[in-house]
Amino acid sequence: MYESLLRLPVDFFSEFDRIQRELNQAFGGAGAPTSIRALGRGAFPRVNIGTSAKSVEVYALLPGVDPAKLDVSVDRGLLTIAGERASDLPAASDKVSVYADERFAGKFKRTVSLPDDVDPAAIEANYRDGVLRVSIPRREAAQPQRIEVK
Amino acid sequence: MSEKQDVAKSDVAQQTQAVLPPVDIVEDEAGIRLTADLPGVPKDQLSVRTEGQSLLIEGQVAIDTPEGMEPVYVETRSPVYRRTFNLSRDLDPTKIEAAFRDGVLTLRIPKAEHAQPRKIAVSVV
Repeated sequence: MYESLLRLPVDFFSEFDRIQRELNQAFGGAGAPTSIRALGRGAFPRVNIGTSAKSVEVYALLPGVDPAKLDVSVDRGLLTIAGERASDLPAASDKVSVYADERFAGKFKRTVSLPDDVDPAAIEANYRDGVLRVSIPRREAAQPQRIEVK
Repeated sequence: MSEKQDVAKSDVAQQTQAVLPPVDIVEDEAGIRLTADLPGVPKDQLSVRTEGQSLLIEGQVAIDTPEGMEPVYVETRSPVYRRTFNLSRDLDPTKIEAAFRDGVLTLRIPKAEHAQPRKIAVSVV
């Protein structure tokens, strides 16, 4: 009985969501994933990257992950975020039914290439509300400077 | 269609940019457990409410960004999560328990008392 009540609208709308995502990917224009290391739809974690004059900011959407078990590393200009998210679904039995299993579970790894002018030694990472924010400052020399005219 | 439904429809049309959060839904004898991923939503921006038999989960993303930041690569664009579920009559919408931690919302929706499984003793006359 629940099957029909819960599953139908869920799948129906997630199908729309999928189509929308695919259209965004195809015709999204600015900001659409074009990176060689981009993962397809359903990728975990999803990553947004922003730059400012002082730093490069990587936001990884990692809900429900223990920050102590996250492995964030930089090697030759590549930032890697790896870890594991355990499944909290109960084992199937007569008394338990699973209707939706959309949340990611298992090991994950994402790699992002960093620009040349960042300082990997000064990386900061913090985790809040399920989002890992990795902040990589640009080197002093690369930051915009105002040159005084004498 | 009632007037109320039409209002709800136009609401949806206005806000098509919302992301559907992925969920797990598990049922056991006592009720249903719903888990949803809402990364980037602080506790005060999360809203879980029921209207009759429908359950609405909504969250607004609030992430600190440094001044002058420009997005260069974006996989998640919408700052809003929204998803609606229809509860069935045997669930008790007044007794939903919610917990929210690290961007994961867990809802416990108990079955109404009358809907709890009962073993019916067969007496032999």
